[in-house]
Amino acid sequence: MVKKFDTQVQYLKYKVLREVARHAFADDLLTSYNDIAKIIVKGDKPTMRCCIYKERSIVNERIRMASGGGKKNPNVIEVLDIACDECPVSGYVVSDLCRGCIAHRCEDACAKGAITFDETQKAHIDKSKCVECGMCAKACPYSAIMNHKRPCENACKIHAISMAESKAAQIDNDKCIACGACVYQCPFGAIMDKSYIIDVINMIKQSDSNRAFKLYAVVAPSIASQFRHVKVGQVISALKLLGFYTVVEAALGADMVAMSEAKELAEKGFLTSSCCPAFVDYIKKFFPDMQDKISHNLSPMATIAKYIKETDPECKIVFIGPCTAKKAEIKLETVKPYVDSVLTFEELQALIDARDINMSELEVDVLDNASYFGRIFARSGGLADAVAQALKEQNITDFELKPISCDGIEQCKIALMRASKNVLPNNFIEGMACINGCIGGAGCLTHGPKDKNEVDEYGREAYEKTITDAIKFITENKKH
Amino acid sequence: MKVTVCIGSSCHLKGSREVVESLQRLVGESGLDEKVELGGAFCMGNCQNGVSVKIGDEIFSVTPETVEKFFEENVKSRV
Repeated sequence: MVKKFDTQVQYLKYKVLREVARHAFADDLLTSYNDIAKIIVKGDKPTMRCCIYKERSIVNERIRMASGGGKKNPNVIEVLDIACDECPVSGYVVSDLCRGCIAHRCEDACAKGAITFDETQKAHIDKSKCVECGMCAKACPYSAIMNHKRPCENACKIHAISMAESKAAQIDNDKCIACGACVYQCPFGAIMDKSYIIDVINMIKQSDSNRAFKLYAVVAPSIASQFRHVKVGQVISALKLLGFYTVVEAALGADMVAMSEAKELAEKGFLTSSCCPAFVDYIKKFFPDMQDKISHNLSPMATIAKYIKETDPECKIVFIGPCTAKKAEIKLETVKPYVDSVLTFEELQALIDARDINMSELEVDVLDNASYFGRIFARSGGLADAVAQALKEQNITDFELKPISCDGIEQCKIALMRASKNVLPNNFIEGMACINGCIGGAGCLTHGPKDKNEVDEYGREAYEKTITDAIKFITENKKH
Repeated sequence: MKVTVCIGSSCHLKGSREVVESLQRLVGESGLDEKVELGGAFCMGNCQNGVSVKIGDEIFSVTPETVEKFFEENVKSRV
């Protein structure tokens, strides 16, 4: 049996989304709140928290998030206070595993003199001196020193999460880039991305089987590593059964972006990519002086959506992908006119199951708009490869591309720091907030070591082998 | 006159790019650049019979092999 989700937390979130979607389709969500909590938390014995009443209260919070979340909080990522287990935040501590050895490597490793020993030779850390560098933990041959750091704080590489007075986690919205790392990492599911699944259901209804307006799905290329139990073509069939008029690859937008990004890069001599909304937001918030280096291209999602709206101005467009930051991106004035809503792959699975659609029984439809290069944008390094190809295809020979592909905010940070001090030997920073790129996104159903291979394989299956051919019609059409 | 070619997945796999390239060439060769506007659309709901090409409200099924005939019979005659 192929696993549908990585963790039980995702499964729980999915079950709530599925039930919310089911009732939204049936138009009885408001009267079903308590019923949903009872479906998710069955019986009278708690399985997750201290009692079933707390469990059901938390489910109600999850329903709130599945229904769009707090209107007053502008961030698409929110902490569910009552779901937060208030994990200890003691930092580096010596555990019972300390054997009171005589080598005292921990003491030698500590530059701050924070390690002391009691009469049994067991180590202690003086917290007034400790700077949480972790050198003692690395030095201990028994791995007796551990870092008690909250998983959410650990996941958040920009340090936007801290402990509130109530001891629950809190997010600094001025720092948060909505990458969703904390959402995926919190073992209690206490941080969630707001879901717009109800908005999408309303669009499906209002489109009146695509008679009132056509509803398009734009799907991210990382779909190649998702829905492992069925074929991509069966997911496309399911989307059409749900009520989408047709499905277009965001990768075609990526092809378009690769071409214009290559040109812009050759003209300006240095650029940072603009595909990943969390990376772009990171530069704006933490490296404001480098804002003018961000590529002026819209993201592949917005680029293809803009083109679709030019061919069909009345239509509505839903982007479906692995990303929570895309939910923030569509609020930008520059993107708002083109993309009407965003779903994650998790939410799509819930939507499909809410309609009891069995994808494995569906016919295998086709999805083929983009080239190999547009499709590999889904994994780290793909964008840089595509820009190299685009330079070649446009015969731009007087510019030597020296790209650096950064996945994960820590790598992005290093490259941006060096670039801001003019010591980066590269002239193009491909930045992706998630490890491995979009295939590592927080909204993915599963994350696995073979994801990259699956994206590359999907790329090779593309009908068009060059970017020029994939976007030929669009560029010709624009000339007219 | 607007001629819209379907560039959705199904038609794309049946050769819509080749159809578009041929139509562009034929329009140019016939000196109809000013009169015929080529456009694209993602899906015309006629996936089984692609490549779909629309003139006004009428949808035609064209293939890379039949595009010249289509141009002679249905585009030129309407200009």
